[in-house]
Amino acid sequence: MSDTVITQRRVLFSANAMQKILAFASLLVMVIIFSFASPNFFDFANLVAIMLATAVTGMLAIGVTFVIITAGIDLSVGTAMTFCAVMTGVFVTFWHLPIFVAVIGGIVTGGVVGATSGALTAKMKLPPFIATLGIMMITKGLSLIISGTKPIYFVDTPVFAQIAMGSVLSSVIPGLQIPNAILIFFLAAIVGSFVLNKTLLGRYTYALGSNEEAVRLSGVNVDMWKIAVYAVCGLFFGLAGVVMGSRLNSAQPALGQGYELDAIAAAVIGGTSLSGGEGAILGTVIGAFIMSVLTNGLRILSVPQEWQIVVSGVIVIFAVYADILRRRR
Amino acid sequence: MSDAIVYMDGIEKSFPGVHALSDCRFELLRGEVHALVGENGAGKSTLMKVLAGVYQKDSGRILFKGREVEIPNPRAAQHLGISIIHQELNLMPHLTAAQNIFIGREPRKVGGFIVDDRAANVKTQELFDMLHLRLDPKVKVGDLTVAKQQMVEIAKALSFNAEVLIMDEPTAALNTTEIQELFRIIRHLREQGVAVSYISHRMDELKQISDRVTVMRDGQYIDTVNAETATIDQIISMMVGRTIYEGARNLKDTSELEVVLDVRNLKRGKVIKDVSFQARKGEILGFAGLMGAGRTEVARAVFGADQADSGEIFVNGRKVSIRQPSDAVRHGIGYLSEDRKRYGLAVTMDVETNIVLATMQRFLSRAGLVKRNATKVAAQTYVDALSIKTPGLTQKVKFLSGGNQQKVVVAKWLTRDSQILFFDEPTRGIDVGAKSEIYKLLNSLAVQGKAIIMISSELEEIMRMSHRIVVMCEGRITGELMAAEATQEGIMQLATKRETVQLTTES
Repeated sequence: MSDTVITQRRVLFSANAMQKILAFASLLVMVIIFSFASPNFFDFANLVAIMLATAVTGMLAIGVTFVIITAGIDLSVGTAMTFCAVMTGVFVTFWHLPIFVAVIGGIVTGGVVGATSGALTAKMKLPPFIATLGIMMITKGLSLIISGTKPIYFVDTPVFAQIAMGSVLSSVIPGLQIPNAILIFFLAAIVGSFVLNKTLLGRYTYALGSNEEAVRLSGVNVDMWKIAVYAVCGLFFGLAGVVMGSRLNSAQPALGQGYELDAIAAAVIGGTSLSGGEGAILGTVIGAFIMSVLTNGLRILSVPQEWQIVVSGVIVIFAVYADILRRRR
Repeated sequence: MSDAIVYMDGIEKSFPGVHALSDCRFELLRGEVHALVGENGAGKSTLMKVLAGVYQKDSGRILFKGREVEIPNPRAAQHLGISIIHQELNLMPHLTAAQNIFIGREPRKVGGFIVDDRAANVKTQELFDMLHLRLDPKVKVGDLTVAKQQMVEIAKALSFNAEVLIMDEPTAALNTTEIQELFRIIRHLREQGVAVSYISHRMDELKQISDRVTVMRDGQYIDTVNAETATIDQIISMMVGRTIYEGARNLKDTSELEVVLDVRNLKRGKVIKDVSFQARKGEILGFAGLMGAGRTEVARAVFGADQADSGEIFVNGRKVSIRQPSDAVRHGIGYLSEDRKRYGLAVTMDVETNIVLATMQRFLSRAGLVKRNATKVAAQTYVDALSIKTPGLTQKVKFLSGGNQQKVVVAKWLTRDSQILFFDEPTRGIDVGAKSEIYKLLNSLAVQGKAIIMISSELEEIMRMSHRIVVMCEGRITGELMAAEATQEGIMQLATKRETVQLTTES
């Protein structure tokens, strides 16, 4: 019997790889341009500043990547992060828990808040936009209530500030004054990438975003896994909250709102599709850096801050449009 | 019967308003390929979905390997070894073939958290090898052709150790070569002792692949014949039945009437292959064919809802360019879509608004505001003219019955002074009583001089209403019949007349 060959589309680089290559290339081009535009740019201290600036939003972006891949969204990551920072402040300063326990507590708080968002979406069938919008407002309010609308300072526990601002690396390699926050961010990215690519949770994250109905029909407990994905996002914003609190050496209840848009922008620029099924941590990290390199570079060139924001917005639009064009082929 | 792996008996199934299955019978032998045929709505899919656990029977019994069983859900069916491949594939396009096949039962490493893609790929490769499929387990399913995606579904079904495989219109989206490949796999499955139930419209395929053929009609079991010995004509006869008409159609000969719409060489990709036809003033032109024949696509293309690749349209002798619906409407063409709730009505709005929806400009005052007196009068005129049963103009259309909703859509187009009207399945979802009202309406519109093009999958309706019938099959017009010479069998023959299949074997 003849073995009829049926051809399938073969591409040199998959669409996803193309997206990441383009994103990375854009980043590279920007770095090169800014380096030539100003001698202050490609400077060790400045590069460290860029990475530090990216760390917190970057962690939020990693968390939100998971949710967006499932074709959902999480608008609460900014204010919920602050809520976790406030709770960590409570754990350390009011309850006098050991730092280690308090840190875990802060992260777990994030997980719980995330799971709540997930439950609202999965069980009560609220659209993720609405569910997380509600959580965003609730956590914002709770942050103010619990803290008495005042910042919670970590002055009695100087170790806490070391979490983000100390430098483990410099004790290993003298002279390499890279704040821990950056290290934590990269570790978070590695863990996030591992979970997304290698674990069952990661698999279902993609599956749900690709065709939720098919997953349901295959007998998988869709509700449970959706909640898990949002909880994972929560763990990341919990971590971000701890790092943020450590950086500022205080929990600032009024901060946080607005970070979610930067996080989502980073994920989207990095190739995460809002319609679900596509995205990667590497892309998100590149996306986060594109935004912070842009902001930093423009600042060094003395471009007013207002214009930096405009440019960021334009970049987001172009990045997504380029993605749509690429997809159409 | 001892060879029968599945035996269904006395199956009844009703949905709200529809008696889908009535005392149905079905027997499937081990290692046989059994085709299930019938017109649209005959109940073939429904019966198989009952077997696959997607629907629950109202009564009747199902015997699996001689024992009576209950199949309350798809998992139960899968447990027994019954797998179904739906017409709309259930795959996750962003995941690989292996990932799709093993979703929900991924092989794992290290404490159960980490998925073992390598193991899944190996197992998938084994499945593919068993089927002699040249497919890479690591390829993303979204990058595959529909044919290959189907293969993945088949492999997935087999990985559940299916002994019964149900395939719903598997060849609908395949080309000739792909169909041959599918048949090869089906034959291979048959050799392995898998029983295949194969729902299809396509007559030529029956002879090629099936052992026996069961015919259903109007939700009832008609007969089962041997595929080799029965003729296509016999099968078609059973499909259409012997209903004779009272109220013989005194449909006049319309060949001398003025041509108002002339469509020439309309082409659109693979869906419309060189279609040409004419519609005349005062005539009801029936468009017959099976679902998927391309009739709706032709109507949409003429109406500008879809972009045709090429072709010419003449309205009243003048060539027109139609790139979007507003162009068509300007030239007096109206289109009443199949799914009136989605495309024909603003369901949450009232009768008055819906009727004047397409002609708002006419009712605007100089300041651009809507003149409510004018719209009320216009809407009421049509409510009276078409006998639309509604408590008032302010009644929200979603509360109207199907028939009356349809009339509201007609009123909308009449307000637009449309002269050429496409009716796509005008009586779908409308009960028998209301149907005759719609028929009366169509006739009166024709008498008024409008050109009506009626797309319908109900042979009875086509025969009863059309002065002339155009039949389509797979994007082509296969024939044209005057009312006097039309028979159900004749129409069915043309509706199933595919392009002669060339069997090529490439080495």
